[in-house]
Amino acid sequence: MAEPRLIEISPVTRVEGHGKVTIHLDKDGMVDEARLHIVEFRGFERFIHGRLLWEVPVIVQRLCGICPVSHHLAAAKAMDVICGVDQLPHTAEKMRRLMHYGQVMQSHVLHFFHLAAPDLLFGFDAPADRRNIFEVLREKPELGRRAIMMRKFGQDIIEATAGKKIHGTAAIPGGINRNLPIETRDGFLKTVAEMQDWALDALALARDYTLDHAEMVGGFAAFPSKYMSLVREGDGALDLYHGNLRMIDAEGGTIFDQLPYDRYHEVLVEDVRSWSYMKFPFIKEIGPDTGWYRVGPLARMNTVSLIDTPLANAAREELMAAHGTVKVHAVLANHWARMIEVLHCVEKITELLHDPDLQGTDLKATGDRREEGIGVIEAPRGNLIHHYKVDENDQVTYCNLIVSTTHNNEGMNRAVKDVAVKHISGQPEITEGMLNHVEVAIRAYDPCLSCATHALGQMPLEVELLDAAGQTLDKRARAT
Amino acid sequence: MSGFSFQIDGVEVTAKPGQTIMEAADEVGIYIPRLCDHEGLRHQGGCRVCTVKAGGRSVAACTQPAAPDLVVENETPHINKLRRDLVGMLFNEGNHLCPICEASGNCELQAMAYRLGMTEPTKFPYLEPCRPVDASHPDIALDNNRCISCGRCVRASQDVDGKGIFGYVGRGIHRHIAANGPDLRHTDAEVTDFAISAEVCPVGCIIRKREGFARPIGERDYDDHLIGYDIEKKRDE
Repeated sequence: MAEPRLIEISPVTRVEGHGKVTIHLDKDGMVDEARLHIVEFRGFERFIHGRLLWEVPVIVQRLCGICPVSHHLAAAKAMDVICGVDQLPHTAEKMRRLMHYGQVMQSHVLHFFHLAAPDLLFGFDAPADRRNIFEVLREKPELGRRAIMMRKFGQDIIEATAGKKIHGTAAIPGGINRNLPIETRDGFLKTVAEMQDWALDALALARDYTLDHAEMVGGFAAFPSKYMSLVREGDGALDLYHGNLRMIDAEGGTIFDQLPYDRYHEVLVEDVRSWSYMKFPFIKEIGPDTGWYRVGPLARMNTVSLIDTPLANAAREELMAAHGTVKVHAVLANHWARMIEVLHCVEKITELLHDPDLQGTDLKATGDRREEGIGVIEAPRGNLIHHYKVDENDQVTYCNLIVSTTHNNEGMNRAVKDVAVKHISGQPEITEGMLNHVEVAIRAYDPCLSCATHALGQMPLEVELLDAAGQTLDKRARAT
Repeated sequence: MSGFSFQIDGVEVTAKPGQTIMEAADEVGIYIPRLCDHEGLRHQGGCRVCTVKAGGRSVAACTQPAAPDLVVENETPHINKLRRDLVGMLFNEGNHLCPICEASGNCELQAMAYRLGMTEPTKFPYLEPCRPVDASHPDIALDNNRCISCGRCVRASQDVDGKGIFGYVGRGIHRHIAANGPDLRHTDAEVTDFAISAEVCPVGCIIRKREGFARPIGERDYDDHLIGYDIEKKRDE
């Protein structure tokens, strides 16, 4: 009889940050447990303490090099509240929105083409040395070129609005520190139409893949869940920059709707587990076992009532109709949803470039100081919450970050187990391709692992002292 | 005694009696790097970044008087290496996190590192001190993690503002600048003081609250020019 075995996938590749997967097989080779572990630690929630409030949007964005704009803007929104500013000048809000659309576009393009496309184009079982962007460039040079140029367009928008392509400084408490010069705007107007054409082609690619592989997609880590995102006040439209919280169940029933996001802590709480630096949020009223939910592009497609740009709205309706269920639960449909959002971003960028408010000079508002501020945004990977308290000396005393990857923690772990059970359980030989299936499931969530690990002082730590034979001599545990 | 001439890097320079090497160099558009020296403040000769070789001796150009027929070496590989090491030690002695510092782009220490070609971490160990931020004043904050003990604020406050808000405390490696009171709130510091102005603190230690990142990237002091550009451009005029 075989011994129980542990399979470790480490590191998980083509995701942002460092993580590993452990799969425990019993003596019959059946999957007993499978987990996604986040093995790095960042701790921003703690070491931001004592820093001055206007530094926060610049410091916390250093969490990530792929979507720093999301953290920059979420923190800036929280600091707007702390500085007593409830309404930004039009120029400031539109510059921030333009920055955010550029960010979502470039991040989604990076994810779809650079990280996920090798799996989709060459197959999950393709040799590992083929599953990379360089092979995409070699075999499909035009597609690869477009991927690079679309990402560049998004990055150029970020540079024009934030000052730098990565880690800019433009969003300041109460506003923005620059507007968009006419000559810069005109440069973007020359290429934005081509970007829209390419976004439509990319959308068709993602849609066709999903439809052509409908059976596989429908059975690959596809399970119902609750979904949450911001939606626009009033009509419930997709709004990546601002809105209220909406949570729905797997059938589309309302759990809460149009909830002002500064009340997030009334409905959500976070659990910690000993084997991960990443917390597990859940709906307070329902509890950790069934109160988990998912966020991200597919979650947004499920939660919103409509999209306020015509091409993306039509694409969303096609996505929803194609699945024949009230809501779409197939994790791989995230790629289709992601490309709908790229199209939406290009449409919004086009709209904004024609708006003269971007050349305005009223950049900053002021108000009466408050002690606490919450900023929420829809980051590329999903809902992002920044919550701060600041003392009378302008120094941060409290910080809580719930990032998209954290919201999706339970969902990703379930996806890992689902795929492991289907593709690894009972197999006489475990191949690299089988293990890549597990990574494909994680990758579909586009996790940003480094963004998500801040649970300093809250993990239930356990230390074991073992002798040379592996026998436990002593054990110490700290409960939460 | 009338004016006299001496040489800096082979260039004939005319000086007036009593002028330091740096003062004479500035007038003719020769930049000698400096951090603790600042126009309008008495010379200190503390940071030694302005070290030059004069008559074969290493001296601080900000305090050493010029002399007839003196031969001064300024821009040599050896001297710039010495300066780069000095600047490197300043970086390693404090916590200079340029990517998140609101002074980035306006910071003379950072600009000096660029000018001297400091493109990578130095060989010196990081001391990583843990210094509290004094944000008690309603309009001013002091982040001593970024202080390089240049003393410009001490001289500005004493000599220009006539207040003596800042002073040195401690000895040796523990010597640092502190507010003359239990904290900044309990001094008579005002944001309009010369000592608090943007031009006095060369780094991001003295902070005028709420300015932060209001000045965008691309419009900061050293975004387009090396430090010393304002002096060197005189040679082209």
